[in-house]
Order: sequence, then C-alpha cells, then structure tokens
Amino acid sequence: MKKDQPPNETRSVRIFDAEALRRALRRIAHEIIERNRHLDGLVLAGIPARGVALAQRLAADIEAIEKVRVATGVIDVSMHRDDLRQRATLPVVRASELPLPLGERTVVIVDDVLFTGRTCRAALDAIGSFGRPASIQFAVLIDRGHRELPIRPDYVGKNLPTSRIERVRVRLQETDREPDAVWLEKSDETPQALSS
Amino acid sequence: MTVHWTRKDLLGLRELSAEEITLVLETADAFKQVGTREVKKVPALQGKTLINLFIEPSTRTRTSFELAAKRLSADIVNITAAASSLTKGETLKDTAKVLEANHADLIVLRHSSAGAAQFLSTRVRASVINAGDGAHEHPTQGLLDLYTIREKKGAVAGLHVAIIGDILFSRVARSNIFALLKMGARVTLVGPSTLVPREFEQLGAKISHQLDEVLPSADVVNLLRIQHERQRKEYFPGLGEYIRFFGLTKSRAKLLKPDCLIMHPGPINRGVEIDSDLADGPQSVIFDQVTNGLAIRMAVLYLCGGIVTR
Repeated sequence: MKKDQPPNETRSVRIFDAEALRRALRRIAHEIIERNRHLDGLVLAGIPARGVALAQRLAADIEAIEKVRVATGVIDVSMHRDDLRQRATLPVVRASELPLPLGERTVVIVDDVLFTGRTCRAALDAIGSFGRPASIQFAVLIDRGHRELPIRPDYVGKNLPTSRIERVRVRLQETDREPDAVWLEKSDETPQALSS
Repeated sequence: MTVHWTRKDLLGLRELSAEEITLVLETADAFKQVGTREVKKVPALQGKTLINLFIEPSTRTRTSFELAAKRLSADIVNITAAASSLTKGETLKDTAKVLEANHADLIVLRHSSAGAAQFLSTRVRASVINAGDGAHEHPTQGLLDLYTIREKKGAVAGLHVAIIGDILFSRVARSNIFALLKMGARVTLVGPSTLVPREFEQLGAKISHQLDEVLPSADVVNLLRIQHERQRKEYFPGLGEYIRFFGLTKSRAKLLKPDCLIMHPGPINRGVEIDSDLADGPQSVIFDQVTNGLAIRMAVLYLCGGIVTR
C-alpha cells in the first residue's frame, strides 16, 4: 500500500465528490437489486480495505431501498496473489470472512478500483477455497481500464479512461478519515498497480 | 502505523520490534482462518522449495512446519539428523551449500548449537527460520505462546506471566521472555536456583524460587518441560523433590485465579510439571497452542518467503 500524501492540487483532478460517490453507489445498489431476485442469498464481499467499506455502504443502500439486510463479508486476496515475488513489500494479510456454506449463494465481489484484473482473479481463487457459490458477480467504484486478464465487472460506478502512469486515488471516510472523494492524479513515478 | 516485514530470516525474537511481533500475530490471524476453509491451502508460496533441516530430533515442530509449508503450497523436503550427511562428517556450512545448490528458498533449522541458524543465514541466500538452536531461541514457539495468550486474554500488555521450570536450558523460555517483555507483560521466572539463575534478572524478568507465592497473581502459567535427556542429578535431587516444590499439582492449582491460563510447549511429562487432569482441564490451552503454532508458522514462512530476495 502506498503512503498517503495530500493530492497535488495542480496535477490532480477530482472525479467524484462525496455526493457523486454516494449517487454512484446508490445506482449500483439498484442494479444489484434488479439483477438478483433473491436478496437473501446474496453476499457482498469486499476486498480490504476500501472494498469492505464500500460493501457495507451498498448493504445499507439496499436495506434502505428494499428493507432487506443482505449479508456482507471480507475476502483477503494477499495470499492468493500472483505477484508476491515482484513486490518490494508484502501486503498486510487480513482474515477473510464469508457466510458459509456458499453453495446456494451469489457472491458480489466489491472493490474500489479495477485496473489489471489481477486482484479480482485472486479474489475468485480465494472464494473458491471456501466453496462453490451459485454465481459470482463483480462491482467496482471505478474501472480505469488496462486489463491484463479476461475480467469484466458487472457493476461500475464510473468508467474512467486513464493512462498507465496516472493514479486513481479513492478516499473514504471509514478507511482514510478524509471526506469521500475520487481523484485522478498524474504521477512522476513508474507505472504501478495502486489499488489495482 | 503499518510496519512492513523486511527480514529474510527469523533467527530470534530478541531482535524483533514490538511492531514486527504484532505484524506476525495479525498475519497469523489471517492464516488461522485458512484452517477453517473447505480448501485449507493457499498458493502464496507456490513454486518455492522449503527444506526442513532437523539436526536435533523433533516431531511436533517439524510436523507443524511441514503442514504450514504444505498449506502454503511450497514443496518440502525433510532432512533429519540420522539421515543427513552430518553423521558422515559433513559440516553445517557444506550442508548449507548443498541445499543452496538444490535451489532451496527456505531452510527451517533445528540444531543443538546456539547460533547455528544465525551462522547459516549469513552463508546462504535462502531464508533461514530458526526452529530451535541449543538453549538460545525458539522464536516460533515464543510467537505461538504470545498468540495464544493474546487470543484468550485479548491483549498481552499488563498481564503477569509465570514461566516455571527449567529456564536455564530452555530456548522456549528465552524467546518467551524477549517477546512478552516487549509486548508489555510482566514476567516471573520460577524454579530451583540451579535452573533459574539470578542472571536472568538482567533481561528484565523477576525471579522467584517459591512457586506458591507467584501463582495467586499469575494470569498465565507456562510450564516448561523437564528435559530428562539433558539434565544430570546436580540440578535437582530428583523428580519427586521437583514435583513437591515446582510441579503444578491439583492442590497447588487452587491458588490460581479461575481464569489463569495453563500453557505447556510439550511434550508434556504428565505428573511431573503438571498434574494429568489439569493438562486436560478447562484452564489448559495446551492444544490451542498446537493449532496456533500452525498459523504462526504459516505467517512466518509467508513473511520471510514472500519478500523479494536480493
């Protein structure tokens, strides 16, 4: 995880403010309801750290709309990643939590930014080690392109065309103690998978 | 504040910071959860080779490391003292070179000489994990004891931990003392003066030769094994005498707080360090220690084996 520094005002563009972010999540919540007729079989499983917070918010939105409390969970992908040997520092591993058994359920993976798709692949493997859900869907706040694997999200807050050297910075009240926002930043550093 | 793991090797707990110890414990939380999954295996160390080099006999530690490595998808080879070329006169250094030539990525070493793991670590590129070196350290045992205390008590800071028995010859005691003090616990070492010398006060622990005075205030008692194979008569007159003064008998256990944890690194000498019924009783967390040992070893192998090697 990269160290946080304040966004460089001259080189960063705000994509979402708190209100826009709230609306994007609300729309995703509606789409999830529309596609899944049996909400009681649904699990919103977030990828730490921000995906977990987003999954909680989506669950609250769905509850506000449909008066049904859907299950939430955590999928830690660190031990399923394929790039351990390429990283200078190891990601901090957290325990996964999923309601079991998964057999009859639909799991919606929730993450903040979709980039190469490798995190999602690791999440699919991690879920597989808990069981075999009826289906798996994928929700992201921002899809920034540059996929390296054949992976496609089912729910997208915003499609954001980026170049590889740009960075997408998501900030959430729960995880960052900053107002909700999404920034697109130019970076002088070499391309890397920040929140990929 | 997040610390990152930067160590190739785990040689002892003396050199770890409290933050690094906490990182290992938190990583172990995640790996403990893997044991409850339908598929108890993750690909984190896929393609890595681990050599269990046990120059001194051990079943539980070796098995625990072997299972941990397998759950991380590493390939593993066991070399035990009897089967190794060390019995044919090969030096540890040459053995290490041979392992390196076989492209070992991780070496787990149990050796009767203090400093053996450190010696090996400076001579191979592979990660070296100390699985016990003489009377020096046994870091994964210290970590799993800490993990078990934290799991049962919520936190380690402020607790009073009594370590009882053969402190002098115990690498488990040393690793426990270093880790517990760093994490803010109070430590009292209890045993006959021949096995609990005053020098240990320099590490920051208290010393007592009166078990009955220590038990009422203890939150945890960790009973160390009396090592028949190492001890001669001169350290204490006999087992009967030891039990009378330092064995955790049923009547002595009445002095304990009701929520005091009873720990033992195993193998247990039932009826010597601890009464057999107490070892199986509600205060005993002896078998939790075994389960937690697996999670701790997975965490340590993941952290040391996962970093980019230069």
